[in-house]
Amino acid sequence: MTCLPGKVDKTLGLVIDLDTCVGCQACVTACKGWNDQGQGLSDQDAYGANPSGTFLNRVHSYQVDVPDAAPQIVNFPRSCLHCADAPCVTVCPTGASYKRAEDGIVLVNPDACIGCGLCAWACPYGAREMDADQGVMKKCTLCVDRIYNDALPEEDREPACVRTCPTGARHFGDLSDPASTVSQLVTARGGYALMPDLGTKPVNRYLPPRKKGAVLAGPLTPLVDSPATGIAGWLDRLLGKI
Amino acid sequence: MHPAPSVILFTVLSGLGFGLLAFLGFGLPPVTGWAAFAAWGLGYALAVGGLMASTFHLGNPQRALLAFTQWRSSWLSREAWASVAALMVLAPMALSDWLGLGWPRAPGWIGAALSLATVFCTSMIYAQLKTIPRWNHWTTSALFLTFAITGGAILAAPPLGAVALSLTLGALLYVTFQRGDGAFAAAGHTIGTATGLNRLGTPSVFEQPHTGENYLSREMIHIVGRRHAAKLRVIALIMLALLPVPVLLILPEYVSRPLAAFLHLAGAASARWLFFAEAEHVVGLYYGKRG
Repeated sequence: MTCLPGKVDKTLGLVIDLDTCVGCQACVTACKGWNDQGQGLSDQDAYGANPSGTFLNRVHSYQVDVPDAAPQIVNFPRSCLHCADAPCVTVCPTGASYKRAEDGIVLVNPDACIGCGLCAWACPYGAREMDADQGVMKKCTLCVDRIYNDALPEEDREPACVRTCPTGARHFGDLSDPASTVSQLVTARGGYALMPDLGTKPVNRYLPPRKKGAVLAGPLTPLVDSPATGIAGWLDRLLGKI
Repeated sequence: MHPAPSVILFTVLSGLGFGLLAFLGFGLPPVTGWAAFAAWGLGYALAVGGLMASTFHLGNPQRALLAFTQWRSSWLSREAWASVAALMVLAPMALSDWLGLGWPRAPGWIGAALSLATVFCTSMIYAQLKTIPRWNHWTTSALFLTFAITGGAILAAPPLGAVALSLTLGALLYVTFQRGDGAFAAAGHTIGTATGLNRLGTPSVFEQPHTGENYLSREMIHIVGRRHAAKLRVIALIMLALLPVPVLLILPEYVSRPLAAFLHLAGAASARWLFFAEAEHVVGLYYGKRG
């Protein structure tokens, strides 16, 4: 059913710390690894000249010119934001794309997807990629097959990207609960939503990079302008006259 | 956006087909016998052929019937319903015209309205997308409807009406080109708002997330071919609005209608190619490319 649920019991999502992310791509690899089970995420020409594949998470790198401070590199993981008002769900003609009322996770039922691609057009965030082998749309499931999986040890019951992140830049939890760790992080750090003006009401939040201090003079800068003395000074003056 | 040939073929042919069916539904021109068979047959062939072409770009066309289930929320699903309803409601009218049964024309009027409703639903598939500012405007629907009505008029209406509509279509197309060019900037999305890094400073791409192409870059960050956009715009305007006028006014009808229809189709195909190729999706911002 592609009408959005009127009310969700929980809004599970991710909080991604742009200050901490080092762009190691471990989340990309862990995501691909976990979700490559079963039907999997196909690759084309994986070992050839033009490799291409289906991924649910991509990590961009941006350079940011900061006024009155040193420029910064910001690594920027991009995946499904599990929007409250998800346009990818309502455009779906078959009911394959849906949002769960119990936890707000946006999923695709691959058995009902006709591969028309309209949901990917409707998503501003590029969160959906068509699997070229299977002809169905793929997207982040928030590792729905991990987070409720009693067969896994408790510490593994979180999305693969969160579990693997070596710098702790990814956090998973219920963003509708103001007492949850993720909600508190968002409040403390001024977490923000992506392109809120498009009305999608994303659940995931990004924690902005902290501002770095002003550019300091390098430790070797004082040596550059030091006047030469003694024989070196005499040579310097002599050569300067030639 | 990637201008997929199947989608261009679908929107152009089914638009023309439903335009023609709308005129025939209203009893224009009043045809009977085998002339009616040919006219209705052409309308059905174009509409159904276009709909069939639309299934070619699906990853799993064998499940296409599921597209009828979500009419409450999805314009694509509504289009499926409207098209089937139009084709079914008009069938008795076609039969009546062909066999000279003289049945009341009410189903024809309803069918004509449903034909135009189908074109409107098609247009809303594109016009609803906030992610593509060039399309996200009422002129998209106006353009699709005018395309259908003009195409239908060239085949079925008195020549003067077809001329007036061709000129209207040309003017509207020009307006959508002009508005479309400023739409992305007017929507205000930048790499800074897309990433939210505008709160920190001015971001630009340092390194792409992947070295090769992916679905997003192939489907939504289509840049190849925009070099010839200006030429194609002129070609489309000449084919759609300039050449059909003398053809329809001077030549005898049995030559002017097919020739004007051919010109209209060629112009419509180039305009529709541009409609996709020039449309920029906001996801391109993450890649430092505007659409």
